Amino acid sequence: MLKKIRQIVAALSIVLITLLFLDFTGVAHKWLGWMAKIQFLPAVLSLNLIVVAALIVLTLIFGRIYCSVICPLGIMQDGFAWLGKRSKKNRYRYSKAKNALRYVMLGVMVIAILLGIGSVVALLAPYSAYGRIAQSLLAPLWQWGNNLLASWAESADSYRFYTVDVWLRGGITLGVAVGTLVILGYLAWRNGRTYCNTICPVGTVLGFFARFSLLRPVIDTSKCNSCGLCARNCKAACINSKEHTIDYSRCVTCFDCIGKCHKGAISYGRRRSVPKPAATKTAEPETVDNSRRNMLAVAGAIAATAALRAQEKTVDGGLATIIDKKRPERKTRIVPPGALSIRNVESHCTACQLCVAACPNGVLRPSTKLDTLMQPESSYERGYCRPECTRCSDVCPAGAIRPITRAEKSSTQIGHAVWVKANCIPLTDGVECGNCARHCPTGAITMVPSERNDDTSRKIPVVNTERCIGCGACENLCPARPFSAIYVEGHEIHRTI
Amino acid sequence: MDMKQQNINRRDFLKRLGIGAGVTGIALTGCDQASKKLSADSSALPEIPTDKMTYRTNPNTGDEVSILGYGCMRWPTVAGESAHDGADEIDQEAVNDLVDTALAHGVNYFDTSPAYCKGRSEHATGIALSRHPRDSYYIATKLSNFAQSTWSREASMAMYRNSFKELQTDYIDYMLLHAIGMGGGMEEFRARYIDNGMLDFLVAEREAGRIRNLGFSYHGDIEVFDWALANHDKYKWDFVQIQLNYLDWKHAKEINPRNTDGEYLYVELEKRGIPAIIMEPLLGGRLSNVPDHVATRLKQREPEKSVASWAFRYAGTHPGVLTVLSGMTYKEHLEDNLRSYCPLVPLTDEEVQFLYDTADIMVRYPTVACNDCKYCMPCPYGIDIPSILLHYNKCVNQGNVAESSQSDNYAEARRAFLVGYDRSVPRLRQASHCIGCGQCTPHCPQSIDIPKELHRIDSYVESLKQESI
Repeated sequence: MLKKIRQIVAALSIVLITLLFLDFTGVAHKWLGWMAKIQFLPAVLSLNLIVVAALIVLTLIFGRIYCSVICPLGIMQDGFAWLGKRSKKNRYRYSKAKNALRYVMLGVMVIAILLGIGSVVALLAPYSAYGRIAQSLLAPLWQWGNNLLASWAESADSYRFYTVDVWLRGGITLGVAVGTLVILGYLAWRNGRTYCNTICPVGTVLGFFARFSLLRPVIDTSKCNSCGLCARNCKAACINSKEHTIDYSRCVTCFDCIGKCHKGAISYGRRRSVPKPAATKTAEPETVDNSRRNMLAVAGAIAATAALRAQEKTVDGGLATIIDKKRPERKTRIVPPGALSIRNVESHCTACQLCVAACPNGVLRPSTKLDTLMQPESSYERGYCRPECTRCSDVCPAGAIRPITRAEKSSTQIGHAVWVKANCIPLTDGVECGNCARHCPTGAITMVPSERNDDTSRKIPVVNTERCIGCGACENLCPARPFSAIYVEGHEIHRTI
Repeated sequence: MDMKQQNINRRDFLKRLGIGAGVTGIALTGCDQASKKLSADSSALPEIPTDKMTYRTNPNTGDEVSILGYGCMRWPTVAGESAHDGADEIDQEAVNDLVDTALAHGVNYFDTSPAYCKGRSEHATGIALSRHPRDSYYIATKLSNFAQSTWSREASMAMYRNSFKELQTDYIDYMLLHAIGMGGGMEEFRARYIDNGMLDFLVAEREAGRIRNLGFSYHGDIEVFDWALANHDKYKWDFVQIQLNYLDWKHAKEINPRNTDGEYLYVELEKRGIPAIIMEPLLGGRLSNVPDHVATRLKQREPEKSVASWAFRYAGTHPGVLTVLSGMTYKEHLEDNLRSYCPLVPLTDEEVQFLYDTADIMVRYPTVACNDCKYCMPCPYGIDIPSILLHYNKCVNQGNVAESSQSDNYAEARRAFLVGYDRSVPRLRQASHCIGCGQCTPHCPQSIDIPKELHRIDSYVESLKQESI
């Protein structure tokens, strides 16, 4: 019964949070946005103390139930483990806790957060790992499906569905997502919750509290015949059936053992005093090997990934070819309004890709730089940061992009436009332009004659950097290709103008 | 991929329009018959007679010209769309079939140009027509030396001679100077026809009998039209091709100050006894694809006739009109027009007034006067100008251009406009990318200030996106 409830809640939970990553219309966030905000690590990083406290209290009462029904990566692993169980029954074995490894990984995480080494945080954070899988691997399928519906809708003259661009936001991120999925999928299929009990820093923290949980599975030694069936069905490998003990720091409260026991010797209830287990020396080298393989494979996947940029244009007889825009070399990267500063993003972002998935304008994409790996940054080749949109700031669970209103956004300077004389169409093609000035939402661009003493000369744009907010409308709509004649340089710290 | 889809869509759209019109006709007639007697299955559309075509006489040559002239600007392609729009091969089988049907029903005037169907129209027309006796039809073609590279005498001459080859003939019945007044006005006209001696050459060719009638088609700058008519005694124009329809009769100038009302053009020709050949009787489809309430108004008056038939009957009602051209891509278009003209039932004065009142209603709906002729294309910056303007017009016609967020259908209209916009025009080819260089403007036969219209549409799109209207 408890297991059934756990399975239903978990299934619901992973479906809803996945929807959050798939939805591009912004509707899901209104109803489901909280699902990202109750994730442990983002809550810690955004200093959302209420959520952190609530999760700790939850763990102190029920054990690591968070890992079974809230963490999407945990639920995903259970899915793979369930598949594995179908091919081979009673497949698990008790193993000793790898506490040294666990606390080292936790230490690495804490240090990485304190030093703002985003790439390490991003690789270790469990919710973000799932986010990347959903955004990189599931979202394209969802969007293709949508586009199919859109083409049907179009042939039926309905405006219910519209086509969206499916494009590769970041090759490295895709590679990491594939790597994570393959490795964790394999580990879970073979050995259950190996990752959660060796690598995952959230698992380690919650495991620490779970030792003291009020409710927990307990073995009634008077009924137990030491058959070991429970241990062989424990995906966390935490039941020592010989000693009749359970390592609660690793138990994810899945209730599988309770149903398995023929004697009804295991029940979920208040703790009982149990004899302290004697230290046993049964080493389980296989598990260790796997976790090491895990880390190696992740590194390998990162190295092997090659980013491919899709060629997307087809040319029709009556239309001029349009060359794709190329990304300019920016001295300072751009982060979206609400991010406050680059440092703020670096110290809070777990690279879950929720903002990247939510951006409807093709602006946000994961960084490819090693120190900010997979954290969002803005670029304007496909679109620009439109004045009416605040989606990324609405969805960010980690406080890396703080909520911002449309009015605040319109006066937040995230960068400033820089004119590149060599590319400017009035000078290169000798025609009238002014498309940047026409689309500047703050009126920061003025067209002035290119010759100081000749009012009839072709007009070129000048930028009043004090009024420029760095939205990129000018850069995106500039007719010069592949490099725009006006582009945005990011600011390290955002200001209000 | 995107563009491909767009083309198919436009084709589908046109097809559906044709089918829709047909179905409506069938349904309406069906009801009518059902009420008389419950007859079973009889076709609501009667056979088109083959001997009822109305003919007009050319006062100069005595040619008996059918009131319906075949415009060869939009032959179908193998992909089933108009060759004016698509780059696919022209479907010669279909062209032959259309020409056969037209000839069988009495159409005998075929109007082509070296510029039509991306330069492939004369060839296809020549193949189809050469299968019939040369004296059973009249060929009209033009000296379409638009590009500056063809302004020289040699290049123009080559173009002229090539027309004979493509059309497989040794004489042209009706030869036109093509779209004089367009672009650079008088200056460009002189460069194309006067300074290089081409006009004098064509006059000589007429004397030699290789051209039976010499005339011109006119768009744009009225100065050129007036100059040509002032020199009528010298050149003896046998006919003149003008744009005439019930919207342009009084409103052409109102819609665009650079244009001239059809009334002026027609009256000037009538004064001199020059027969008029009518182009754009449907304004590039804008008088068949009209706003919904206008369609209702016309249908209510003549439930069994198509919306387009009003425009054709209007053009034919003028006695000085020799023929009315229609670029027919599909058999349904041809059949509908044959129904209007086999025979032509001229409009009564009261009906003409009814159309003028309709025109007054239509000008209140600010569609852009684009005929989708694509002379503005390709835009050097990749904008799909006609698709943008047509999408806008379509939304105006369907009532999907909301004037404020308080409008009843605001949410629906907004969605239809924006989603439809992305479907009709790829993002990179939308109006937001128009830089206003103005290179398209001189090419527009309707003298639309294209950058201004695109910027207006763009700012409307912006206000929809930002929900600030």
